[in-house]
Amino acid sequence: MGKLSKRVAIVGAGMSQFGRLYPLKRNPDLWVDAWVDAVKSVDNGIEPKDVDATYVGNYSSDLFNHQGHLGPQMADLVGLTPKPASRFEGACASSGIALRQAVIAVASGIHDVIAVAGVECMNELPTSLVTDALATASDALFEYPAGATFPGLYATVATAHFHKYGTTSEDLMRIGIKNHENGVENPFAQMQRSIAEMMQRKLKKLEQQGKELPDWKDEFDYLKSASNPMIAYPLRLYDCSLVTDGAACVFVAAEEVAKKYTDTPIWISGTGQGSAALSIHDRDDLTGFVATREAARQAYEMSGYGPKDIQIAELHDCFTIAELVALEDLGFYEKGKAAQAVKEGETKRDGARPINTSGGLKSKGHPVGATGAAQAVEIFKQMRGRAERNRQVKFDVERALTHNLGGSGATCVVTIYEK
Amino acid sequence: MTEAEKEFTIQNYLEFIQNKKLMGSKCKDCGAMYVPVRKLCTACNSLNMEWVTLSGKGKLAAFTSITVGTPYFIELGYDRNKPYCFSVIKLEEGPMISAQLVGVDASNPDTIKIGMPLKVKFLENELKGETKTDLGFEPA
Repeated sequence: MGKLSKRVAIVGAGMSQFGRLYPLKRNPDLWVDAWVDAVKSVDNGIEPKDVDATYVGNYSSDLFNHQGHLGPQMADLVGLTPKPASRFEGACASSGIALRQAVIAVASGIHDVIAVAGVECMNELPTSLVTDALATASDALFEYPAGATFPGLYATVATAHFHKYGTTSEDLMRIGIKNHENGVENPFAQMQRSIAEMMQRKLKKLEQQGKELPDWKDEFDYLKSASNPMIAYPLRLYDCSLVTDGAACVFVAAEEVAKKYTDTPIWISGTGQGSAALSIHDRDDLTGFVATREAARQAYEMSGYGPKDIQIAELHDCFTIAELVALEDLGFYEKGKAAQAVKEGETKRDGARPINTSGGLKSKGHPVGATGAAQAVEIFKQMRGRAERNRQVKFDVERALTHNLGGSGATCVVTIYEK
Repeated sequence: MTEAEKEFTIQNYLEFIQNKKLMGSKCKDCGAMYVPVRKLCTACNSLNMEWVTLSGKGKLAAFTSITVGTPYFIELGYDRNKPYCFSVIKLEEGPMISAQLVGVDASNPDTIKIGMPLKVKFLENELKGETKTDLGFEPA
């Protein structure tokens, strides 16, 4: 138990542009863009006849687009019917689950190659209804009637963490600033702009309007101002990830066939999945997520590696507090110690263990069901030294990790990769 | 059917709240408490439950002050200028529960302290001519 019966690799991975793209791009368009990008990334080429099944991660096309049954819809668009095609749902961890299930299916021997899709087109709904659709990933019976919104639940975790460990809003702001700096270097990101640049733009706008200029010394002053409105105390607008349309595609292959597609496959050395009560009030610890700790335990055990062996990671920063808590739940830092490490720059692109080089959900964007697969895309690029622009890390990445969290932490998938 | 014989369902739990009673279920075998009620004890796998009336006393475990609220709270009149507090309360009987926190200054969340003692406050909310009782807590 807890071991794959054969080695499984990623042999290609790509994504669509992320952004506010509806109605110019809808789920089928986004998915085909991701597929084409992923096919291009396969060194020796791949064709539909090589692929045995389509595993689609999608959270809520039913609510966002009035469309269910995405498995065959996506398979058909890239020539993969009549082979098996299924959809997997676990809120924001949907395509993390699809990837994990694809790895398990390939390891079982039933399929040699699976196309993992992550797809979500959220902007078909106005923002208020997007928020309401997202809220269905938390508990509709007892949290929602008490007024819980999605940011509200993470904000509640934040107040508990602040209270227990002395964490501050500035600690969270540093995470947003860092992720936006990374997103500037990602041509696929929704917001390719740093917080400093957004501050300068705001100042310029105020100047043009002939208004009195605020006394902002740095990004922190800007982030504490009314230009960054409170959403759910202590989380402000720039603590929240984006509402995004986007798709990603990952080709998972068995060891016997992997070398046919590339000389540099990225091996999946560990996969884990955890769960927790849907309501945060039904969990023992409000300062972290038990589902993450369980998923990480399984993935570390399967891979034989520990937190210290992981050189880079893509973490699920749906809110800045979520990245901070993940740094601790994954064992990268002791509880209450992550904020200091972030402050010292350890998680920056040139730090000891870069986190979210893609820009994360905060800057790259968060098309919820596509996020898990898109995290794997970034790791695939970084481990093969092919990240665009200036965001390739400066060392050779032998081992990496992705952390994909669903809802308010009731589902988590952790994946460990090695060369 | 007497109150004690009621099945441990969500509907019965919610009906108690409508009648301004905070009830939970307690496992007669291992003593584990559940609020909202559960029929199956996940601590010892027993179905041997009984209804218990809770004191309604507890402490603030965590909270937030929400400026961009749910459609229901927007209908109740909350907005950016009038935020509301969502909270998690640790009941003195052990379980935690979610509820609106009232009687605090939601516009100044720094004044709200985790650990502060709270007591239950049933909130009568009127919406579209109908009165509904929602679970709330306030400083004790």
